Formats: sequence, C-alpha cells, structure tokens
Amino acid sequence: MITEILTVAAEEGATEHNPIIPLWQEVVLGLIAFSILCFVLMKFVFPMMEKTFAARVDAIEGGIKRAEAAQAEANQLLEQYKAQLAEARTEAARIRDEARADAEGIRQDVLAKAREESDRIIGAGQEQLAAQRESIVRELRAEVGTLAVDLASKIVGESLADEARSRGTVERFINELGPAGSAGGRR
Amino acid sequence: MIGQSLVLASEVPFPPSVEDFYLPSIVPWGAHDSYWFTKITALMWVSVAAIIIFFLVTYRKPQLVPTKKQWLAESIYGFVRNNIAVDMLGKRGVNFAPYLTTLFVFILLMNFWAIVPFAQISPNSHIAFPAILAVISYVMFIYIGMKHHGGLKYFKHALIPPAPWFILPLLIPIEFFSTFLVRPFSLAVRLFANMFAGHMLLLVFTLGGFAMLNANLWFAPFSLVSWVMTIALTFLEFLVICLQAYVFTVLTASYVQGALADEH
Repeated sequence: MITEILTVAAEEGATEHNPIIPLWQEVVLGLIAFSILCFVLMKFVFPMMEKTFAARVDAIEGGIKRAEAAQAEANQLLEQYKAQLAEARTEAARIRDEARADAEGIRQDVLAKAREESDRIIGAGQEQLAAQRESIVRELRAEVGTLAVDLASKIVGESLADEARSRGTVERFINELGPAGSAGGRR
Repeated sequence: MIGQSLVLASEVPFPPSVEDFYLPSIVPWGAHDSYWFTKITALMWVSVAAIIIFFLVTYRKPQLVPTKKQWLAESIYGFVRNNIAVDMLGKRGVNFAPYLTTLFVFILLMNFWAIVPFAQISPNSHIAFPAILAVISYVMFIYIGMKHHGGLKYFKHALIPPAPWFILPLLIPIEFFSTFLVRPFSLAVRLFANMFAGHMLLLVFTLGGFAMLNANLWFAPFSLVSWVMTIALTFLEFLVICLQAYVFTVLTASYVQGALADEH
C-alpha cells in the first residue's frame, strides 16, 4: 500500500498536471471536433429546421388566409343577398304605394263623377221644378184673373162680368202684381 | 464478495488527486504523456458523432407534421431558438440560434458523460474544451460588436459609458476588465470547475467508501452512507450538467446581446 502510494507519487512527479492549463493536444482535437459539429449542424440540420418551421407557419397562415377568403366571400354574398332583399322590399313598397295612389285616384274620380252626376241630377230637377213653377204660375195667373173677376162680379154684381172693359182693368192689375210675384217666387 | 471488495478496496488510492483526471492514454495503450487518444478525447468524439447522427437521422426527411423523433430534435432547437436566442436577441436571435444550439447540445452531452456509468468523467473537466468554447464566444461577440458598430467604434461604445467625465477614469478600466479580460476566463472556468468539482466529489465519496472499508471492516455502514451519498450527488450532478450547459449558452447570447446593443 505504502509502496503503491509512493510509486503513484513518483509517477505524479514524472507527469505533473495543472488542471488550469489546457493540454494543447486536446485543444487541437476539440477544435476539430467542434468545427465538424458546427459545420454539420449549422449547414445541414438547423437551416432545414428553420425551413420546416417556415413551411409550417406558411401552411397554418395559408389555411387561415383561405378561411379568411372564404369568409369574405360568404360575407360578400350575404351583403349581396341583403341588398337584393332590401331592393325587393323597396320595390314592393313602391308598388304598394302606387297601388294605393291609384286606388285613391280612382276613388277621387268616382267621387268626382258621382258629385257631377248628383249635381247634374240636382240641376235637372231644379230646372224641371222651375219650368213647372213657371207653368203653374202661368196657369195660376190665368185662373187668378178669372177667379178675381168671378169674385168681384159676385161682390159687385153681374154687371161687371159682361163688361169688356173690365178685362183690361184685371189684366193691368195682374201685370202690376206679376213682376213682384215672380221675383218673390224665385227668391 | 467481501473478499473481492476488500481486494478492490486495497487497490483504491485515497484521497483522489488531480492525476485522477489524467487517465493513461488508450492508443498507445497505457502511455502517461500521450494525449491524442485518451478516454477524454474518445468521449468527445463519441459526443460529436452521437449528436451528428441523432440530428441527421431525425431530420433526414422533415415533415410538416413531425414524427416523434423529429419533434424531439425540433424541440431541442426550438428551446434554444425561442427561449434563449429570440428571447435575448429579438428577431436577430434567429441568426444565432444554430450556433447557440450547437453549443448547448455539445456542452450538454460532454457534461453528461460525468454521470454515464463506465464513462463517469466529463471531457469538460479538462479545461481545454471549455476554453475553446469560451474563446469562440469571446471572439464572436467582439467580432459581432465591431461589425455592428463599425470597427473600433465598438470599443469606444463598450468602454465609455454615458457618465460624468470625472468618473470615466474609474469606469473605463472597470469596463475593460469586466468585458474584455474576465469574460472568457469566467466562461471557461465556470464550466470547467463545475465539472471538475462534480467529478471530484463523486470520486471522494466513492473512493472514500472503499477507503473506510479498507481501514476498518466496522466502518462498513459509513461506507454505505458514503455510496448512498454518491448516488444522491449523481442526481445533483445531473442538475449541474443541465444548468451549466444552459448558463454557458445564455451567457454567450447575453454577450452577443451586449455587443449588438445600441444604447448602454
């Protein structure tokens, strides 16, 4: 045991190592090995990974873009349908309004015609009434003359009835009455 | 069994020394001053080969919808790319992500040998490898700074903080010291010392168990405790392995960030 330690110590003495001082052989080999590693990984592996990442992002974003495009198209169609619907609604409203206006016009027409007709009928009635009144007045005038003469002759006596002159007197009297009577009748 | 362990114990040197990190070379077999083909360099080559094969195989035919292996490779790259490079450097980080990932994976696997049975020593416990990586990071951030700011303007930008003139004589040496002198050493030594200390701890507790058994058979329970500690420390070592790989990568990214920064 002791001799072993001694021999180890002797060996240590022969090849003393300082752990802080790098062995140049290891530096050389380490540099070569690490360079190879860097070269392979940085040239063949990680750029591929970046490419894959980019492709993946692209695929996802592409999908999103496609979905967005579809959405936009759907929205556009919806807008279009809405616009068409609105157009149809305004069209319907317009037609309804027109129909209403037409109906109103027709009603007004009918009313106007009816009014005209009624006016015409009233006018005709009034004319007829006036004509009848004229004829009645004329008849009455003649009758009133004879009645008055008869009455007067009854009161005064039969002498007056035969008198031709008395006719002229009655005529004159009625004529004086006439304009005033006809004016009062019209009123 | 006990006899065997006793024989083993009698062969175990204790305490472990620096020399335990310098194993005899493999080719030529047993030579003590040949370093071209040792366990350390062999593990390094295996690491490099394993990483290259893993990535080339998993990413031979990349698909839009990844397979499990492809997903694993992508998530390693994605982790460094998004959580370190892009997080710290913004959009420009994507350009640095390949190097940072290579760095991270390399350090991680090199560290990982510290707890792989039968390997159980990390090449990073030899300062040569952390030193190479630290020098690369150092040269890289200075080069990037000079490219970004235009030659020597970078040094002016890095060394002269916006401070009152009378503090500058104090600040400039501090900035120079911290940015251009300490950085490569702190990077290299942090990684190296962690792996060195980790290996040393495992050695102490493993060999300590044997040493106690060797000294007195009645110490066997203590030896057992010592070996249980070894297992516990192996888990701790796993944590350190991941953490140091992450820290080295993050610090490199942060140096690049400092070099690219337009304001102080």
